[in-house]
Amino acid sequence: MTPPPDVHPPYLSPAYGSTVLRAPSLPPVTAKQDPEAVELTSPVFGHHEVDPLEADLTRRHDGEPIGERIVVTGRVLDSGGRPVRGTLVELWQANAAGRYHHDVDRHPAPLDPNFSGAGRCLTDDDGRYRFTTIKPGAYPWRNHQNAWRPAHIHFSVFGTAFTQRLVTQMYFPGDPLFPFDPIFQSVPDPAARERLVARFDLDVTEPEWALGYQFDVVLGSTPLES
Amino acid sequence: MPPSQTPSQTVGPFFGRALPYDGGHELVGEDDPAAVQITGRVLDGAGEPVPDALLEIWTGVNGTRGTLRRTGTGASGFGRCATAPDGSYRFRTARPSGPYLALLVFARGLLRPVLTRVYLADGPDPLLDTLEPARRATLVARPDGPDAYRFDVRLQGEGETVFLAP
Repeated sequence: MTPPPDVHPPYLSPAYGSTVLRAPSLPPVTAKQDPEAVELTSPVFGHHEVDPLEADLTRRHDGEPIGERIVVTGRVLDSGGRPVRGTLVELWQANAAGRYHHDVDRHPAPLDPNFSGAGRCLTDDDGRYRFTTIKPGAYPWRNHQNAWRPAHIHFSVFGTAFTQRLVTQMYFPGDPLFPFDPIFQSVPDPAARERLVARFDLDVTEPEWALGYQFDVVLGSTPLES
Repeated sequence: MPPSQTPSQTVGPFFGRALPYDGGHELVGEDDPAAVQITGRVLDGAGEPVPDALLEIWTGVNGTRGTLRRTGTGASGFGRCATAPDGSYRFRTARPSGPYLALLVFARGLLRPVLTRVYLADGPDPLLDTLEPARRATLVARPDGPDAYRFDVRLQGEGETVFLAP
């Protein structure tokens, strides 16, 4: 039987130029199973450390950011489909013009004084997170001639084991840049790639206010589960 | 049917205003009697510094507590440090109760993070004992003064750090 294609991108994906000198050349070593291993536990962050306002990226400054207001919500689940409760979800993104609030971003698009593009929250008892933000713009990068990143939001998620730690990117449905983006295309399995694309949801959409998107994050199994 | 896993994507170069936080690399106070300092550099396959990596350590100390250190008190088992332009990083942590602490490295050009272990001393160990000497040495931090250690991460090529399957 052919094993299913790997969910994650290979380290070496030459079409994404920065992988060439940074991808490990040797296969990862599988550590002997040890139920006491440090990697099988994970930090837990407290409610007193995360201000609920940090989940609304449109209200972090005096004025309102420019752009299309959106709600992004979903659940963090373990490999068995169980909710991961009270876990830290962090996100960051470009503004509506495709510019990051970051010193190394040289894209000649305007910064938005009312948008810094970073947020965090803890999942609820159902494993659900919910952010209000604005839709990020596409932006150029210098990976190859006329290279543009599709609009995306970076996600950072903790699970119940350090080995489950996941950083990923959420994309928007129907983006015409998908076929040309070596980072999106680095995921070998087309079905897995589609799981990086949020789903528009009219039920999440708030009338007269914001379009709604659903994006679930499913973490890997720990060595002890598999 | 259980849901299918979400693929990893690179952290990219623009995480700087989202992931690092004040004091993220200082898991314990300076005067903590158990404090050790771990410094090092992240290097690429050409031996050049990686100036835009993010390192996370997890000691498992304090049960399963992390802390974003917003309260400014108490110790954390979790730490985060972005590399400087010369690829260097620095942590101050409590000496782990076991032989090692877990380390994740994220960077532009890494489509998934690399996971490794920082051993503060060499000795009989179920993982280390499976590795040939040169490979084994990549996981053992070098003493660098009193309660201080040096641990470089070589992503690729000569002296490549041993990375672990998640």
